[in-house]
Amino acid sequence: MRHLSSGGLWLFMLLLALGGLLPVEAQSPKDAAFLSTLNELRDASYSDKASIAERLSESGHPSVRAVLTALLEDRLYVRNGDQKIFIVRTTDADPLTLVDPVSLKSVGSVAADSMTLVGTNNGLRHTLRMTVAHFSLGSSDTDARLDAVHEMSLSLDDETVALLHKRLEVETNSRVRKAIDTALALAALDGPDGSGRLTAIATLSKSESQDVRNRLALLLDKSPDGSFVEGDPGVRTAAASAVASIDRWRNFYSGIQTLFFGLSLGSVLVLIAIGLAITFGVMGVINMAHGELMMLGAYTTYVVQTAMPGHIGISILVAIPAAFIVSGLMGVLMERTIIRHLYGRPLETLLATFGVSLLLQQMVRSIFTALNRSVVTPDWMSGELKLNDALSVTYNRLYIVIFTLIVFSVIMAVFKRTRLGLDIRAVSQNRAMAKAMGIRTEWVDAMTFGLGAGIAGVAGVALSQLTNVGPDLGQSYIIDSFMVVVFGGVGNLWGSLIGGISMGVINKLLEPWVGAVLAKIFVLVALILFIQVRPRGLFPPRGRASEDK
Amino acid sequence: METLWSPTKTGDTGGKWFLRILALVAIAAPILNQGVPASSAFHLSAYGITLIGKYLCYGMLALAVDLIWGYCGILSLGHTAFFSLGGYAIGMYLMRQIGPRGVYGDPILPDFMVFLNWKSLPWFWHGFNHFPFAVLMMVLAPGLLALVFGWFAFRSRVTGVYFSIITQALTYALMLAFFRNDMGFGGNNGFTDFKDILGFDLHSDLTRIVLLVITAAMLAGTYMACRAIVESRAGRVLHAIRDAESRTRFLGYPVESFKVWVFVFSAVIAGIAGALYVPQIGIINPSEFAPINSIEVVIWVAVGGRGTLYGAIVGAVLVNYAKTYLTGAFPEVWLYALGALFVLVTLFLPRGIIGLVQARVKT
Repeated sequence: MRHLSSGGLWLFMLLLALGGLLPVEAQSPKDAAFLSTLNELRDASYSDKASIAERLSESGHPSVRAVLTALLEDRLYVRNGDQKIFIVRTTDADPLTLVDPVSLKSVGSVAADSMTLVGTNNGLRHTLRMTVAHFSLGSSDTDARLDAVHEMSLSLDDETVALLHKRLEVETNSRVRKAIDTALALAALDGPDGSGRLTAIATLSKSESQDVRNRLALLLDKSPDGSFVEGDPGVRTAAASAVASIDRWRNFYSGIQTLFFGLSLGSVLVLIAIGLAITFGVMGVINMAHGELMMLGAYTTYVVQTAMPGHIGISILVAIPAAFIVSGLMGVLMERTIIRHLYGRPLETLLATFGVSLLLQQMVRSIFTALNRSVVTPDWMSGELKLNDALSVTYNRLYIVIFTLIVFSVIMAVFKRTRLGLDIRAVSQNRAMAKAMGIRTEWVDAMTFGLGAGIAGVAGVALSQLTNVGPDLGQSYIIDSFMVVVFGGVGNLWGSLIGGISMGVINKLLEPWVGAVLAKIFVLVALILFIQVRPRGLFPPRGRASEDK
Repeated sequence: METLWSPTKTGDTGGKWFLRILALVAIAAPILNQGVPASSAFHLSAYGITLIGKYLCYGMLALAVDLIWGYCGILSLGHTAFFSLGGYAIGMYLMRQIGPRGVYGDPILPDFMVFLNWKSLPWFWHGFNHFPFAVLMMVLAPGLLALVFGWFAFRSRVTGVYFSIITQALTYALMLAFFRNDMGFGGNNGFTDFKDILGFDLHSDLTRIVLLVITAAMLAGTYMACRAIVESRAGRVLHAIRDAESRTRFLGYPVESFKVWVFVFSAVIAGIAGALYVPQIGIINPSEFAPINSIEVVIWVAVGGRGTLYGAIVGAVLVNYAKTYLTGAFPEVWLYALGALFVLVTLFLPRGIIGLVQARVKT
């Protein structure tokens, strides 16, 4: 009996849960009122739409913000069949994914041509932006509040200023507080009293925003009749020094930005070169197929992503070991079948591995066709981290830097802390002696090459996020990776790290002056000249063994 | 230790055979084109003439690489840089010859400059309306670049793979530079639509035949010059540098000078090959500088047989013939075939096709 009743309870709860998933037809009166206001949008003129939007926002319904944002972003549609209004998730996909405007639940998808857009014009969008900003100011998401403050600071009427003042009283986040302070100071600049303006300028001089700087610079302008726009000379002096201060800070931050760009480019260079530093540096093998091993890694990312379509964010993490294994196995295969016959003949190795690179390229073309494959960037890698108004870093660059450092540390750990690393170092220093000590040099060779190749595959995963995944991917990076290894000094992993980073930074520092292509040419020429001075790179290999090469 | 050509083995039987075949081609090709009616199976089309001319130019480039790699141990992965510079020098002459017949009809400025809205000719374009000046430049430009580059590199004792990789950097940098419109070399379109050379129409069969015969003669000439160099006393020093550089230096030979001069000579040959190539093919653009092309040249040499001179030419012709045939007949297979060829040749034929033939002849 107990069992039965408990079973009945479960059934009841299951039905309840199912009911929650189904589109709810029975609506609360509030929902019904909201929906009827919303439905007026279908045939309204632009000015009517503005007043409808206002009424919607006054209704206080929980979906208001989503609906108005959708209207603002051209994502509000009418279904042609039954004239029902829906939000669509993204407009660049066909079929469109429909979202119910009241419950905000997904209600299936429909072909794009069976839907009609609820149109907007500039004036309406302006009103909508302000309305959405007012809503967002109370949002629990910090970024949404920041965006709202920025939006509101563009048109500061009395009502907005009052709203901002109110928000400032309860706001706890320091960045939002600073943004509100700046917005209020901007409003105070138009105020009648000179000392108020001076205080405003003092606040504004701490900003890094280009808009604020331009607004302050306006105070220094002259009217057509020759008099200053700003009557008070004290305010003018303060404004001038504030502009200079903002410029200084903006220059400073843009310098940091450039350095960061250089760092991220350098990280890419290190990543593509580090596998080569192992095969070329430690083993003395010029592996022209290194680029193709990276390409295999990139294609592995594509395959993994295609295999798990619902989990783009995780797929990239799965792809890293998968690419390591695919490229690593290919490396071991190459070593066992070809390269081991050619040790001590670097130039012949170059030719044979070039042959392998052609084979791999054509293999990929046969399997995946010559067309580029698109690898989707997961959500957590897109977007940018905004540090302040003058400095923001994109997440994918940031992750590349971090990823490179992790890969590098892992490789160093393998070399310094594991048995394999010890064996590799022993064989590269003195093969005969290592063999005499009982190290299976053949096995170590295969593992070293496999390690280098596997790292190339891991680099390929990173490259798949930065560039097109196609059969030519490897070719475009092979020269850069050789340059890094030679610059850093063959046989020295630290050299590759420092060499790669400095090449990236120099490249990016030059770019604003001469443009991207010339910067690259300068780096190449500088490298050629550098080799004249230090023929064996930044950190040359030492000892007797280095003389043989 | 691999055995390459050494000066003690006298008598250049293979080279003589090569010169005979080359002469035969130079005589037979015009006859098969002009003397045999187009309906005959033995007729050689104008396309065929151009193709043979192209192969011979590639042969000359391979010869230049073999001279330094096979005999002096310098592996250049940037020799197409010199080839392309020679090509660009003659291309500039050919562009100036177009004159007012260009699309925009400007009597002085080539089309791409009009397109870029340039008002006057850049300084380095002056003089290229004279053929002798262009000939001088096609020798000087690659020669000087090789002199400066080689002098710096060899003086600093940049050797082995380091040298190979900076030559690659050199040609890569040049490719990027020539891709820029601002350089004044036509950007990524390069030069094309040539009309005539020294007043002869480039599209006529007769001009093509003459160009082919000149190419064959130049190839024979440069081959004999290279042969003379490697058999001279200087050639023995080059050979010594290849096998034991430090020992040669300790014996008192100025190793660096020998290397620089042979490098410059090789670059000039490559430049001439490029200059002969461009009028026959009818186009030159920055992709000729691509490092991948230089690597392919090295592979022709390896396939033919490094350190034999004529082997390099044979390798260039055979690989390119296979390329033409396979890309036309089985485009899918071509890269597989080429890739497998390189792997198999390096593994099983370290002395190339010529090595295989020599082994057969001996037994």
